[in-house]
Amino acid sequence: MQISLDALIVLAPLITAAVAGLLQRYIGDRVTMTLTTASVGLSLALSWPIFIDFVWGEGVVRVTELLPFIHVGDFQSTWSVRIDTMSAIMLVVVNTVSFLVHLYSWGYMADDPHRARFFSYLSFFTFAMLSLVTANDFLQLFFGWEGVGVASYLLIGFWYQKRSANDAAIKAFVTNRVGDFGFALGIMAVFYLLGTIQFFPTDAAHPALFSGFVNGVEVHGLLHNLEGVNLAVGSLSAPAAEVCAVLLFIGAMGKSAQFFLHVWLPDAMEGPTPVSALIHAATMVTAGVFMVCRLGELYHMAPIASGIVTIVGATTALFAATVGLAQNDIKRVVAYSTCSQLGYMFFAAGVGAYNAAMFHLFTHAFFKALLFLGAGSVIHGMHHEQDMRYMGGVRKPMPITWAMMTIGTFALIGFGIPGLGGFAGFYSKDAIIEAAYGSHGMGAQFAFWCGITAALLTSFYSWRLAFMTFEGKFRPNPDAHHDDHGHADDHGPAAHHSHGHAKHADGTAPAHESPLVMLIPLFVLAFGAIAAGFIFAPYFLGHHAGEFWDHVIPFHEGHHDFPTWVLWAPLIVTVTGFVLAVIFYLWKPGAAKAMAGGPVWAFLYNKWYFDEIYDFIFVKGARALGDLFWKVGDKRLIDGLGPDGVAAASNFFSRQVRRLQTGFVYHYSFIMLIAAVAFGAYAILAGIGGGR
Amino acid sequence: MSELVAGWPILTIVTFLPAAGALLILLARVSARGENVGYDNGVKLLALLITIATFIASLVAFAGFDFRNPGYQLQESIPWAFGMSYAMGVDTLAMSLVMLTTFLMPICILASWVIEKQVSSYMVLFLILETLMIGVFCAQDIILFYVFFEAGLIPMFILIGVWGGERRVYAAFKFFLYTLLGSLLMLVAIIYMIAVTGTSNIPELTVYAQTTGFGADVQIWLWLAFFASFAVKMPMWPVHTWLPDAHVEAPTAASVVLAAILLKMGGYGFLRFSLPMFPDASHFFTPFVFALSVVAIVWASLVAFRQLDMKKLIAYSSVAHMGFVTMGIFSGNEQGIQGAIFQMLSHGIISGALFLCVGVVYDRMHTREIAFYGGLVNRMPVYAAVFMLFTMGNVGLPGTSGFPGEILTMVGAFQVNALVAAGAALGVIFSAAYALTLYRKVAFGTIENPKLDKMADLDAREWVQFLPLIIATLIMGLAPTYVLDFTQNSALTIVSQFAGATP
Repeated sequence: MQISLDALIVLAPLITAAVAGLLQRYIGDRVTMTLTTASVGLSLALSWPIFIDFVWGEGVVRVTELLPFIHVGDFQSTWSVRIDTMSAIMLVVVNTVSFLVHLYSWGYMADDPHRARFFSYLSFFTFAMLSLVTANDFLQLFFGWEGVGVASYLLIGFWYQKRSANDAAIKAFVTNRVGDFGFALGIMAVFYLLGTIQFFPTDAAHPALFSGFVNGVEVHGLLHNLEGVNLAVGSLSAPAAEVCAVLLFIGAMGKSAQFFLHVWLPDAMEGPTPVSALIHAATMVTAGVFMVCRLGELYHMAPIASGIVTIVGATTALFAATVGLAQNDIKRVVAYSTCSQLGYMFFAAGVGAYNAAMFHLFTHAFFKALLFLGAGSVIHGMHHEQDMRYMGGVRKPMPITWAMMTIGTFALIGFGIPGLGGFAGFYSKDAIIEAAYGSHGMGAQFAFWCGITAALLTSFYSWRLAFMTFEGKFRPNPDAHHDDHGHADDHGPAAHHSHGHAKHADGTAPAHESPLVMLIPLFVLAFGAIAAGFIFAPYFLGHHAGEFWDHVIPFHEGHHDFPTWVLWAPLIVTVTGFVLAVIFYLWKPGAAKAMAGGPVWAFLYNKWYFDEIYDFIFVKGARALGDLFWKVGDKRLIDGLGPDGVAAASNFFSRQVRRLQTGFVYHYSFIMLIAAVAFGAYAILAGIGGGR
Repeated sequence: MSELVAGWPILTIVTFLPAAGALLILLARVSARGENVGYDNGVKLLALLITIATFIASLVAFAGFDFRNPGYQLQESIPWAFGMSYAMGVDTLAMSLVMLTTFLMPICILASWVIEKQVSSYMVLFLILETLMIGVFCAQDIILFYVFFEAGLIPMFILIGVWGGERRVYAAFKFFLYTLLGSLLMLVAIIYMIAVTGTSNIPELTVYAQTTGFGADVQIWLWLAFFASFAVKMPMWPVHTWLPDAHVEAPTAASVVLAAILLKMGGYGFLRFSLPMFPDASHFFTPFVFALSVVAIVWASLVAFRQLDMKKLIAYSSVAHMGFVTMGIFSGNEQGIQGAIFQMLSHGIISGALFLCVGVVYDRMHTREIAFYGGLVNRMPVYAAVFMLFTMGNVGLPGTSGFPGEILTMVGAFQVNALVAAGAALGVIFSAAYALTLYRKVAFGTIENPKLDKMADLDAREWVQFLPLIIATLIMGLAPTYVLDFTQNSALTIVSQFAGATP
């Protein structure tokens, strides 16, 4: 019975997504929304007991094998649902946020004529994400990986009438494909080297990557076969484990928007805000972190690849935080913040603190979903205004949203007193910074300093967001149709509220508090943002961690004797960031405006010009190359020298000789004759030689 | 199971049923006085029934076929002149391609419902074409194979030349010239092989090649002669330029047949002749084929990105997808060859469906220009959903049939040469770019062109033609293992034949 319930967690959202997708015209919006929400609710209800069992009970590791997917020789993938500590964590993260987002969307999408389609996409996404996290082999992981990608594509481009939304959707998909290029090659490399793509054994005859028990008998993993093996391509040769780890990490970089492949995430904010909260903050973008942790043993064997993970993660953490400083769009600030926090998770994994990475993934899901849904609530309340320059004074009309977002902000900046306790982010982020400090791995010290600096910036941009939105006086948009600044405007074609920003005399914003169905998810997430840290820290990080992780990821008891300044540094920079934000955005708002004109600001505002550079190199490059191959290669060279040339020459020839009026047939008869003669001659000569 | 068809020449029935139907239509026309709309519809219905009957006959053959048996089955043989014989038989590879053909033909006839010009001639040609295509896969005599293989050119040539678009004559000749040139070289090679071995029976030739063997240098020449034919049919770079022109000018159903089945003859030829009969030469030329495959994938994908015509774009994407097939075949291992076979079947369904998608809007607006369209989802939501599914299949999304073939061919190639797999994987990025861009331009956005305002969504006939393809795409995508199990025996046989070479 347990076994079939495991499968139901994954399949329930699929079934309702299919029903909703196919029958929405016949069953109507309300039934569609109810069905999809209920199915994710069911998955949620089934997931928490499993997780609680792994935390406080005797979690049973198990695999449900449903059907063969692809079985060709040793290349074997089976549709499975694997339950262990890792997937139990992800199940509650995915289902909790997904359920709350479904609920929230009842309010947020209430006016959208396509909301049935929206809900079916949401459920499909949930299914794909669940199949990703419960995979027992690379191919199902890849299936889920691409499945969430296509769900993301559909949801970013949900308002398909907007060109910018469509472009953002394609950008997200193609950038992810660049990552998948590495991911797919990584899978091939693993198979080539080890002859298996399965993670844990389910059959004594077929060993997998990692060790595991089959009917109580331990089957040893093949991963250690990579030890000392080199993978050679031509004259180049590199340690096999490093090559696999780096290739797979490229996939993670795409999915989790890490430096170089981060460009799609901010644009993904074109999608409806609930989507941003679910996919582009709490779940899908963390898939890369999940994969690296799932393959922790591989990365453990690959110090250089781990160093690359550390450096890329740390760079992203810092880079995204700098860009977040200068954005005016409320969602973009949160998006860059997500990018930055994912960087933290990666460098934690890079320095070997997989447990800290997973813990930050866990806590981040709560507070980042909270911030996004809070931002959505503001946008909803402000009649789809999302430029913070035209906000201010929102606290008074939206006190509940303000309170919830303030909790989210405290959790994001990781506020807490060492030795006493704090918000959720405090436990996970400090653990990451300490792990970096204590590690001797490649890039670990760089990561430590990036982490500290990014913490300062995080605090600053978070409070900047809070102050610009909620405090001060309302600043109405001078241009009613504010489409000129090229921002993601979160209003669908169907959701045209009036743009009348009647200026209230007392300087409060013309906003209204969101309905209860949107606020309840905020309450639940706020509870998580406050409590998820101190409840679960002993299991993810502390003295129960050895039992909790139970060899699912490499876990080493860290040392706890960090210098005092390391323990207190995060708090100090966080408070500094707060004070700076107070100075710039509450006391002396003029200073911020003056700074906004400078070149550094422009550099940050334009995201280090990544989009422009990529557009020049890749988009224009692909176009130019395509034109070259087509117009010069195919038309002029191949056709010109080939059929057209032959036809022209043949026409010329026929005109000369006159008798060959129709050219072609004679031409080819001629070739046939020549060839026949040549082969005949060859056959005879070869025949004389005895045929062989 | 095989008792079911014991004593019945079931393959002959499957092969010649369409031709018999064509004869029936011809006779009816002779006896009828003049043609009118009612008469045309009768002909269409008759053609549809014939293709459905053929599909049912192929299902009977399928039921009498044991996929656990690695050899040729359902064999028939009637001696003929000069030691040649009318010999038919199928292994799992051939059977799967026969099923693909008979499965798609009723859909093609449905898609031809819009034809108004010389309906009986059109249907006669289509039915003859079906006979010839099935014959290619069933033939056990190399001369018989050659006859089917070449004769198939003629109906397709006429279909493009008569029912095609504006530049149909240019396209038809280009198609004919390219494919004929290759074929003639193959004929010479076939004659040589018969002269040396004294048999034209394909299984016997294979046995000869695997035991006595053709000399290493002879193999090189023979391989090249066969290659000239198959490479054009695939089509491989750089002999691919006939395909976009042929597709653009061909009527919808002819495009479907061309992409879905005729292109598969090249891959079938490599698997049936090149690898088993000239294994040494195949080994020798593997780097060459790999190079052409990767160039085809990258080149065609980038060119597809720049196309302004919907059909041309899909045609170039076919070239890229066929690059995966040749790469998989010549990787010579189980994953590569299984992947190649799967990719052929899947491409038959997905590219066929994509050409049908173009046909739907072409029938309404009579243009294939991408820029003409835009915002179709607003008027044709069902069509947009169907088109999205097949676009995703074209992109190779896991869960659609486009995925297993791509990943398996790359896995196969990686074991031989990692760089080749890496080059092919680039195509995975590009395919997303061109396919999704096409979709955005055609389906998304708002309707800017007032002519599109009255576009009607899929009608019942169009629904019926898409439904089997949708189901096939999803089943082959989610449970590809059933197809892979079916083709496994042929693939393993070819792997061992190829491995028997002296490297």
